[in-house]
Amino acid sequence: MSEFRMPSLGADMEKGVLVEWNYKEGDRVKKGDIIALVETDKGLIDIEVFEDGIISEIRILPGQEVPVGEVLAVIGDEAGEIKRAGSKKTEPVKKAKKQKKERIRISPRARRLAEKLGVDIKTVQGSGISGTIDGDDVERAAGLKKPETRRTEFAEPGEEQRTDAQNRMRKAIAAAMSLSNREIPHYYLESSIDMTKSLRFLENENRKRSIRERFLPALILIKSVAHALRDVPELNGYWEVDQLLIKQELNIGFSVSLRKGGLINVSIRDADKKKPDEIREDLNDMITRARAGRIRSSDITDSTITLTYLGDMGAEVVYGVIYPPQVALVGFGSIQQRVMAHDGMIAVRPSVRVTLAADHRATDGVSGSRFLESLNEYLQEVEKIWTNGK
Amino acid sequence: MKERGKKIQYREAVRQAIIEAMEKDERVFLMGEDVGRYGGAYAVSLGLLEQFGQERIIDTPLCESSFVGAGIGAALGGMRPIVEVMTVNFSLLALDQIMNNAATYLHMSGGQYNVPLVIRMATGGGRQIAAQHSHSLEGMYAHIPGIKVVTPATLQDARGMLWTALEDPDPVLIFEYAGLYNTEGELSEDAGAVDIDKCKVMRSGKDITIIAYGGTLSKAFEAADLLSRDGIDCEVIDLRVLRPLDEDTFLSSVSKTHRALIVDEGWRSGSISAEISARIIEKAFYELDVPVERICSAEVPMPYSKHMEQAALPQVDDIVKSVRRIVNKDE
Repeated sequence: MSEFRMPSLGADMEKGVLVEWNYKEGDRVKKGDIIALVETDKGLIDIEVFEDGIISEIRILPGQEVPVGEVLAVIGDEAGEIKRAGSKKTEPVKKAKKQKKERIRISPRARRLAEKLGVDIKTVQGSGISGTIDGDDVERAAGLKKPETRRTEFAEPGEEQRTDAQNRMRKAIAAAMSLSNREIPHYYLESSIDMTKSLRFLENENRKRSIRERFLPALILIKSVAHALRDVPELNGYWEVDQLLIKQELNIGFSVSLRKGGLINVSIRDADKKKPDEIREDLNDMITRARAGRIRSSDITDSTITLTYLGDMGAEVVYGVIYPPQVALVGFGSIQQRVMAHDGMIAVRPSVRVTLAADHRATDGVSGSRFLESLNEYLQEVEKIWTNGK
Repeated sequence: MKERGKKIQYREAVRQAIIEAMEKDERVFLMGEDVGRYGGAYAVSLGLLEQFGQERIIDTPLCESSFVGAGIGAALGGMRPIVEVMTVNFSLLALDQIMNNAATYLHMSGGQYNVPLVIRMATGGGRQIAAQHSHSLEGMYAHIPGIKVVTPATLQDARGMLWTALEDPDPVLIFEYAGLYNTEGELSEDAGAVDIDKCKVMRSGKDITIIAYGGTLSKAFEAADLLSRDGIDCEVIDLRVLRPLDEDTFLSSVSKTHRALIVDEGWRSGSISAEISARIIEKAFYELDVPVERICSAEVPMPYSKHMEQAALPQVDDIVKSVRRIVNKDE
């Protein structure tokens, strides 16, 4: 018997609307099945189930908005008892919505803290009962506290907001980026990297491949960043409770811009351990689904660093804003032919301008420099890391 | 090295307190129904008649107003009486003496006559002795200015509050939770007088303040232990003194945890829990993240049958569920 809960699909996700169940009570599911469709600020997301079993109870009905961590269904074993879907749950949600429209629900302590800290309560998301804002929520909004993992529902949106997913995504981006800019003392380092060798390597690789299986330059960048991060692990982590938490796993969040506007970071999990083909498949798969608005829960599990590549957009250089609680963001501009000194001569060669935005609370410029240097080295010898092992 | 205490019952701690007081001060005597030959309805004064004689351990007629009145007279005359009333329900027969006389003489005499009287009585339910022996009316007494109301919930307080009460120049009512008489625990050999004006943080925590007293304290402890397994960190306060309320202690606790739950075996309406809740809202409103909550007895005369009585009383499970809901922010 286990409880299937609303998953957290990123540090900034706090709730989701259950849009539909793909299975009903009594159905058998197995690991990896897409059990439900959930709408979040990031769009519609297919939620996968993590174990085999029989759905013995569906607790949340379609249309309901629930906080991260809320039990959506109970999955039992063979003899799992089958219960009726609880309809009583819908009652308080409706009530909360009505109250929410009248006024902001905020605890006395939170109201006073908000005044003291200069936080606009309209921008604070409440984690309490019926979305009530409590003191901790205000402290979090002011950046004094780390985001809470155990979350419950907050501001109940009206029907019109629910259909306007873009607005909500904009709001989520706004909240994360405002927090970042307010809280994180960014430092920026930049360097130009000669891409001649790596592009040549890519060309040779692609010659052996069908069009569908070809590698894009982004893949080299991802692979090299992953390896450079292994050399400078302090850039791969979270800033939490006034200290740097270096992460063992290396999940690169890759920014994907959506056609209708907005941005989503798909997570390339264990990017340092994956083979180029695996990363390519992952990316193709995730980007296609992200743009179609059918992201899966496992696509956006917490990444530990972000990589943004404006390669095909033409911008020469990008200065990123760190995605909290991460401590670094690597930005690549477009790879272009540029005049540069090479071998004592003036030459025209393909190069990329890479920037590192890093959290100065967590690391200093020396780490950043080492990272860029290491990245440059890998990009000059891609073949060494291509088939992994290092 | 601190001497390890030996295991004794709550009733034994009360008996030791009475013996100590009788030995220390000749003016102290005990009177009440069945306190002498029978040894007390809860066997608290067993053996004291033999030890101190019938001059100082006095069996009274079944007439609360007369023997409480006699106690007031003796106190006015310079004695230090301990009057035992069998249960709080019976004390209502002496309410006129307590409220109109004991509590008012100092005031009515322009400060000339104080009443150094101590009244002990049993309170609380859970023992299947029905609606005329099981109520918790201490909150009602805490309404009355001019007296002090204390509720020893621990062995230390059962042992130590009596002497301090006897030294107090004004009437003190000691409510002994009857369900505690049989409970056992360790009490150090040198246990002695304790204050009767402070409540006490018994367990420190950060997520919620649970305020309990008398019979509900052990339930609060048990709930806090269970909740700690869920990672919920409860602060538990033993109220100890219902009048005058030591609000500073619980207000500062609530200011730390931002959440409060009061567990009171009295009826909800007009209870001491209502008073505590009001004080928190009056004086710590801006520290609150959630409404103050209370768990009280069902507002019915205490049922006789076991399952109904248990359902009427605040239980550990009620505390656990409420705290989980409050702290986890569930609907």
